[in-house]
Amino acid sequence: MPYLAVALGGGIGACLRYLISEWVGTVHGFPAATLGINLAGSFFLAWFYTITLERVAIHPHLRLGIGTGLVGAFTTFSTFTSEVWSLLAAHAYLWALLYVFLSFAGGLALAAVGFVLAHRQNRLSLADDVSEEA
Amino acid sequence: MPFFWVGIGGVVGALLRYQLSRWVSERLVVSFPLATLVINVSGSFLLGWLTRCLGVWLPSGLAPTAMLLLGTGLCGAYTTFSTFCYESVILLRERRLQAAAVYILTSLFVGLAASAVGLFGLPAGGKSTH
Repeated sequence: MPYLAVALGGGIGACLRYLISEWVGTVHGFPAATLGINLAGSFFLAWFYTITLERVAIHPHLRLGIGTGLVGAFTTFSTFTSEVWSLLAAHAYLWALLYVFLSFAGGLALAAVGFVLAHRQNRLSLADDVSEEA
Repeated sequence: MPFFWVGIGGVVGALLRYQLSRWVSERLVVSFPLATLVINVSGSFLLGWLTRCLGVWLPSGLAPTAMLLLGTGLCGAYTTFSTFCYESVILLRERRLQAAAVYILTSLFVGLAASAVGLFGLPAGGKSTH
């Protein structure tokens, strides 16, 4: 059953990534689609893993299917490294540097924002519970 | 039809990643995200290698479909950027700055190196040693 959840999520995540990258593609040679996908996925995964840890009780298989399966397969590291080399091969050194910087600094910062946001929501819901009980 | 191939590749890639990270976490007690690191480095190599070799090995009618299945689907879903970012943030949150720096820098530079070996082959110096 956990395998079914990961498989289903993985298939959907990969198709979503393909859909967006076909739709957006590269903007003047810059891999905007992969950047947007990785940034959005990093924010969502950190938020989702944190909020489902405390506040929102969901079935562990659903958490696995959405987290490990869907968002894990939606975002990609191998396409990122490949695209860095495409930019370097085209002598677009500054764009390559910008792509690496935006992916890593942006992805880490957005994951941190997702994490903090979910923690705040966790605390707020705890406060609600207390006031309801009182 | 392209969605079918990408979807099948995505199913297999996500299952491989799940199974490998379970396998590693059952055998290693270190609290370092080694599984994701190995997955992202090996997947970067594999995608580069497929990009270089599929067009040479397969007839031109078959290569684009194989790339959708194995490249976009399998390698894309096998490797993950979101889990990497989440694990880095957790390391930083635990104030394990050294582990976080090692994880982030190793993922970036070894990942890029593995991708280059896949795309372009070993540098000439590496070939002459055997």
